[in-house]
Amino acid sequence: MRSTTKPTRPDLDFTGQNRLGLLRPGHKGRISHFDAEHLNGEGVEMTDRLREMGFAEDLMIEVLHQSPFGRDPIAVRVGSMTVALRRADANIVVVSDE
Amino acid sequence: MSTPTSLVAVVGNPNCGKSALFNALTGLRQKVANYPGATVERRAGPLLGDNRVELVDLPGTYSLTPRSPDEAVTRDVLMGNYIGERKPAAILCVVDATNLAQHLRFVLELKTLGLPMVLALNMTDLAAREKITIDSRALSQKLVMPVIETVAVRKKGLSELKDALNGVLSVPIANPVEYATDVRSLQTFARRIAAKVTLSEGMGHKTTRLLDKVLLHPVAGPIILFGLLFLMFQAVFSWAETPMEWIDAGIGWLQAHIDAFLPGGWVKSFIEDGILAGVGSVVVFLPQILILFAFILLLESSGYMARAAFLMDRLMASVGLNGRAFIPLLSSFACAVPGIMSARTISDQKDRLTTILIAPLMTCSARIPVYTLIISAFIPNKPVIGGLFGLQGLVMFILYLSGILSALIVAFVLKRTVVKGKPQTFMLELPKYQAPKLNYVLIGLMERARIFLRRAGTIILTSTMVLWVLSNFPAAPADAKGPAILHSFVGIIGGWLSVIFAPIGFNWQMSAALVPGMAAREVAVAALGTVYSLSGNEDAVQTGLVHMLQGAWSLPTALSFLAWYIFAPQCLSTIAITRRETGGWKWTGFMIGYLFVLAYLVSFATYQISSALL
Repeated sequence: MRSTTKPTRPDLDFTGQNRLGLLRPGHKGRISHFDAEHLNGEGVEMTDRLREMGFAEDLMIEVLHQSPFGRDPIAVRVGSMTVALRRADANIVVVSDE
Repeated sequence: MSTPTSLVAVVGNPNCGKSALFNALTGLRQKVANYPGATVERRAGPLLGDNRVELVDLPGTYSLTPRSPDEAVTRDVLMGNYIGERKPAAILCVVDATNLAQHLRFVLELKTLGLPMVLALNMTDLAAREKITIDSRALSQKLVMPVIETVAVRKKGLSELKDALNGVLSVPIANPVEYATDVRSLQTFARRIAAKVTLSEGMGHKTTRLLDKVLLHPVAGPIILFGLLFLMFQAVFSWAETPMEWIDAGIGWLQAHIDAFLPGGWVKSFIEDGILAGVGSVVVFLPQILILFAFILLLESSGYMARAAFLMDRLMASVGLNGRAFIPLLSSFACAVPGIMSARTISDQKDRLTTILIAPLMTCSARIPVYTLIISAFIPNKPVIGGLFGLQGLVMFILYLSGILSALIVAFVLKRTVVKGKPQTFMLELPKYQAPKLNYVLIGLMERARIFLRRAGTIILTSTMVLWVLSNFPAAPADAKGPAILHSFVGIIGGWLSVIFAPIGFNWQMSAALVPGMAAREVAVAALGTVYSLSGNEDAVQTGLVHMLQGAWSLPTALSFLAWYIFAPQCLSTIAITRRETGGWKWTGFMIGYLFVLAYLVSFATYQISSALL
């Protein structure tokens, strides 16, 4: 299932990959890599935080829920845990379709 | 006792069952944090059956790079840099067996500290149910440390854990092991180990997925959240009624017996008007406070609190805060002190500061005595909105709502003026749901009851006694008119203050009661009891404070007093904790200042408008 949400971050021009922050509940995939270029200086720290929370390359990921108010934040299942985060931060995570 | 004890730090990721294991290992002898909520204060206690080992439960963290002040405590203690805490002799690291790969990264990071370690592979029952099999012996070999399978809630593996701890404490400290310096390599390494020792993969926690489908549902989710909050406040007022009547009856019984036993005179007055009227009027609120705390503990230990934070994040973001602030603010309905302390889990400094500054606006349980007293004296309990609610309940609801709305407005203004900052993040693990452990809730409640009664026995008792003395001395001159209290220190101070408070409709008795009421909000009720029972006749004491107030105050005065209590920062504990948590008087002074200004302005408006209308 492909997302139809309008991108708000530099889109990825190759197919089959999406930023996590653009996905809708129900979307499943695998973490391809982290891309925090658009965050300039703070990207490294945010990527570290995501890793510490349990995000890692090759892990299965699924968008489970979104906030009833403004559809942000989202709750995602990553590995065996569930993490809530805002879409803007989720955009660092690049998900490839299974 | 002079036996040397070894300090063992209990460490782990959040939601690994660390606190439950700590509880199981120390039992009831632990010194629990003064306040329930997240593990933000020092919790320590001797190992059951072995006084030579003292366990300290450190705040859960994902890494040694602190993301919040709370996590900084863990890092500093482990490094031996925390002032007032010994460097631990060993680490008991707790990991969730159902999430091994993720938790192992932290274990590897901890190993670089070079402290002896024991690994508790916790929640092995859940892992078994999720069809996860882990070879703990292989894991022990890979990590070069004892690995013990435990189920904290069923007290499984505890004696093995004790043996292992004693084992590592008796050998010399190992050399630090440096694996890697960056998160990514550690993560890769941890995954490799986890993959080797995991014999079968899990299928996830089904119950959690199912429950989340309902509890985080776009429509049902918010309805359930607000329903729960409504139930919580409903319970505080209706379930507490009966036990409150018992306590009231008990105090009445005591008063009657003392009345019959003691001869008249100042000793009797001191005990009846000073101690029983004062402390008694506060102790009666114990049931309400315990019910409120029971709800908050249940929400927290079941895993629902994180969902509430998720649901509320967007609304909190609209005033510049994030969902995590919801937890401290909800705790502040019980008491601002644990609320302000649990703000430590907020990583962004500006967000944390804003949360602390608005926490006192949440209607804490100490306001319940004040609100209940004034409402029952002045608001008739006639049905409103087609008989759906009573007017008294509606007024109470409005008071709570005013607190919340003004907190949101203040946060909105602060975030755009004095605590401006860059937009922050919200990242929170949603833990598996667990049936709340009765044991844990009971420990928390007992601790709460103890603190409350200790407060009643110390701060409130002292201030009511001092107030009684000040109300009786100096004695009135022989030819004095009116009650003797008018000529006492209280009468004099109340007279001065009433000049300031006259525009908001407070008389001298109220002004005098506000002075000891600075110590704690509920003291004002005790103080009013003392001041009025000394200035009135003996019948007044028998008929109670409610009737006395009905005769003494006008409705605008009563409304103005309620409005004052929404804002006024009359709580020394809150002021002290704010000073500690903000690291000085600057923000504490700001908080006290803005709250008093708001209190005066809103009371002024309430008094003037209601006087004009009524």
